Amino acid sequence: MGSLQEKPRLRLGSLVSGLQEVYESGRTRELAWRRSQLRGLLRLLSEKEEEIFEVLRDDLGKNRAESYRDELGALVKSVNHTLRNLGKWAAPEKAQAPLVSFPATALVVPEPLGVVLVFSCWNFPLGLALEPVSGALAAGNVVVLKPSELAPSTAAFLAATVPRYLDSEAVKVVEGGPEVGEQLMEHRWDKVLFTGSERVGRLILTKAAKHLTPVALELGSKCPCIVDYLDGKRGRQVAVNRIVGAKWSVCAGQACIAIDYILVEEKFAPILVWFTLLSRIGLLKSTLKNFIATPECMARILNAKHFQRLSNYLQDVKVAASVVHGGSLNPKTLAIEPTILLNPPVDSDIMTEEIFGPLLPIITVKKIEDSIRFLKSKPKPLSIYAFTTNEKLKRRITEETSSGSVTFNDAIVQYVVEGLPFGGVGHSGFGQYHGKYTFDMFSNKKAVFKRSFLIEFMFRYPPWDDSKIRMLRHVFNLNYVGLLLGLLGLRR
Amino acid sequence: MEDARSWAAELRGRFEEGLTRAAEWRAAQLRGLLRMATEMEAEMCDALHADLAKPRTEACLHEISLIKSSCLFALKNLKKWMKPQKVQAKLMTFPSAARITAEPLGVVLIISAWNYPLLLSLDPVIGALAAGNAVVLKPSEVAPATSSLLAELLPRFVDGRCVKVVQGGVPETTALLEQKWDKIFYTGNSQVGRIVMTAAAKHLTPVVLELGGKCPLVIDSTVDLHVAAKRIAAGKWGCNNGQACIAPDFIITTSSFAPKLIEELKKVLGKFYGKDPLGSADLSRIVNSNHFNRLKTLMDEEMVFEKIVFGGQMDAYQLKIAPTILLDVPLDSAIMREEIFGPFLPIITVDKINECFGLINSMSKPLAAYLFSRNSKLQDKFERSISAGGMLLNDTSIHVTNALPSRPDQGSFGTQGRPKECEI
Repeated sequence: MGSLQEKPRLRLGSLVSGLQEVYESGRTRELAWRRSQLRGLLRLLSEKEEEIFEVLRDDLGKNRAESYRDELGALVKSVNHTLRNLGKWAAPEKAQAPLVSFPATALVVPEPLGVVLVFSCWNFPLGLALEPVSGALAAGNVVVLKPSELAPSTAAFLAATVPRYLDSEAVKVVEGGPEVGEQLMEHRWDKVLFTGSERVGRLILTKAAKHLTPVALELGSKCPCIVDYLDGKRGRQVAVNRIVGAKWSVCAGQACIAIDYILVEEKFAPILVWFTLLSRIGLLKSTLKNFIATPECMARILNAKHFQRLSNYLQDVKVAASVVHGGSLNPKTLAIEPTILLNPPVDSDIMTEEIFGPLLPIITVKKIEDSIRFLKSKPKPLSIYAFTTNEKLKRRITEETSSGSVTFNDAIVQYVVEGLPFGGVGHSGFGQYHGKYTFDMFSNKKAVFKRSFLIEFMFRYPPWDDSKIRMLRHVFNLNYVGLLLGLLGLRR
Repeated sequence: MEDARSWAAELRGRFEEGLTRAAEWRAAQLRGLLRMATEMEAEMCDALHADLAKPRTEACLHEISLIKSSCLFALKNLKKWMKPQKVQAKLMTFPSAARITAEPLGVVLIISAWNYPLLLSLDPVIGALAAGNAVVLKPSEVAPATSSLLAELLPRFVDGRCVKVVQGGVPETTALLEQKWDKIFYTGNSQVGRIVMTAAAKHLTPVVLELGGKCPLVIDSTVDLHVAAKRIAAGKWGCNNGQACIAPDFIITTSSFAPKLIEELKKVLGKFYGKDPLGSADLSRIVNSNHFNRLKTLMDEEMVFEKIVFGGQMDAYQLKIAPTILLDVPLDSAIMREEIFGPFLPIITVDKINECFGLINSMSKPLAAYLFSRNSKLQDKFERSISAGGMLLNDTSIHVTNALPSRPDQGSFGTQGRPKECEI
């Protein structure tokens, strides 16, 4: 049985206790089991590739190339990386025991947390579900996945397919809406990972507090992109390619690490937006027209609610007046043209809320360094981007700002560097995953210290006297000479 | 409430100014704390004695020395910890460089407990300052002498602009929890842990909770009983008279071995605390009358009181309870359901030692689990089957005294045919 749709509370209770039993049977702890799950995932991703492309197009209008680049391909790479490194990650690490405890062994032993719950989001409905699930399984846990109901084709696909490729008693997919999420949170979990909005993140954390369930939150933010003056035509084109890609080719800007807005020096803005010496159309606009040549090149806006939210940004008269490219909306097809705005008011909704859509405000500053102060006035973002070759500016950005990550001269790609942790700080969330970080997120690193009966120091025990305190001082000051002399009866 | 808001705002302003970020500032705070622990040792021992009747050796060994070694460890490694770590970037993103840079979270709130009131306050403060944060410390009001001492000393030894001590009880803590912090570190019990986490949820503040649990200790007949009994006694009654989150809460052993264990424990307790333990200066008292009454209720339960095989003496005036051993209390009694946090040691017997796993796994995961045994198969099974924060084989408590540096271990555990132990 792999999926439950809106079942009453009783069923969830028995689901959770059933999973507890499966975990206690111990089979998920075996490395062989974990590897078999990861290989199962790889087979799923390979054999069901066509279906995956279909459901992602169904839910979000994603082109196959985008689906492969952002979800399928990234997952295949990640699961292979986990398979290759699993033995190493699961192995106990030696730590040094102090000489005074000789002979002794000190180890840090990773063990699974137990029964974990993963909530995934609608914008990368495959990736944000299976990436954490793969890490949780690698760590030896039993997993419940609650995919977002806002991407229903992918949710149904996962519910139908996961039990056929993975151990269906140890990995469950629970479909449903917010009420199912709430019911799931009535139970205690060994860990919960939630990817989604700040509002729901708060609800999850509040519910988790009742059971002291540990939680990791991957939330959103306004990811700024600082664009410095770049010398040379090629450099500028490459930068603009990457900016356009990081806004409009990732789920039409509906991504937590998409570029939200740009900061640029006012004298460079025209070159970026309006014109170059060679053509009457700005770099950004021309590249945008090349890349998003037809509406099919861009994913869809999720639904009417989000379409309305984005339209409302443009209802603000001053915001509408700042549109320099695009701006047209089609409520029938829910299509929004890729739109560029120049200096909308900084207190407008489009500049205070996370946009999560294909609208790109450009804010000009007098000096590029002023962009640091600007972005610091907003909550800490998931990612900060900066296109610059100025080493001093890079250092200032790294040292003076706080974010989940900083990427220079590119965007989004930090997501596929397995060695880098992915996660937020402050309002963009807490907890990091990807690669070994996912394994660690779903593990308990148990300290194990083994001692022998061979050597026994009596000064550890009462009744107390001053000589015992003296000996203890030697021990804590790592004064082995003093200790030895004291033990031999020569006072120190 | 107003005060809490203005302190939080003041510290945030200081943090934003960048005062806490330089390595020099952080090292200066650590050196200040080290000086404080060295110069004010006598005052600290006095405060711990006033609050808990903590023997001077325990105060030095379990609190002050650990604070000093924590400062030294942080000072030694600060530059290394602050240095960005290189990460291998993949061919896919060639050419590129990747690294992980540590940065302070901002302004952190540390709420500490009453049983190790200095250590549990200053250890997290040491780490928070080393990481470049501004800190508010709220020591436990249940240890008032230590709380006042910290409030008086910290501004003298560290930068009072970025480190504040807020004293008080529930109202003051509630007011602090209404504010936004970049991290909250709480040590204490689960009920308050829940309150802290719920308050933190409003601001999406990440929380670290160091709570309690029933730390089980399993012992079989393969041990050197003489040494084992001393280590068990030291871990139970030599740590604040059982009022420690990592003290062994209860013992599981075989019914055939239990009588020998009890006899040896009695001998050891006699040596440690003498014939009149309530009069021994080496035994901490119970912290206050609330806890004293809580413990008395645990002991007075029907079917529990009659299981006492040693100890049981109490002095309500001095708030002292003697080391007490009980044999086979009912598993559903309060003393076996709740964390004891006191000087009672129930011994639960089983026919075969392997039955301990079912019992331990039927309870919540503990902070620490102990095994005394030379049987390597049992040790392996223990390590694999029991989930705990930390695990110690053939000793108690001392795993927390390890400030573990990163060089690989050179010692090794081995059974070397039963040589006579060296007692020094």
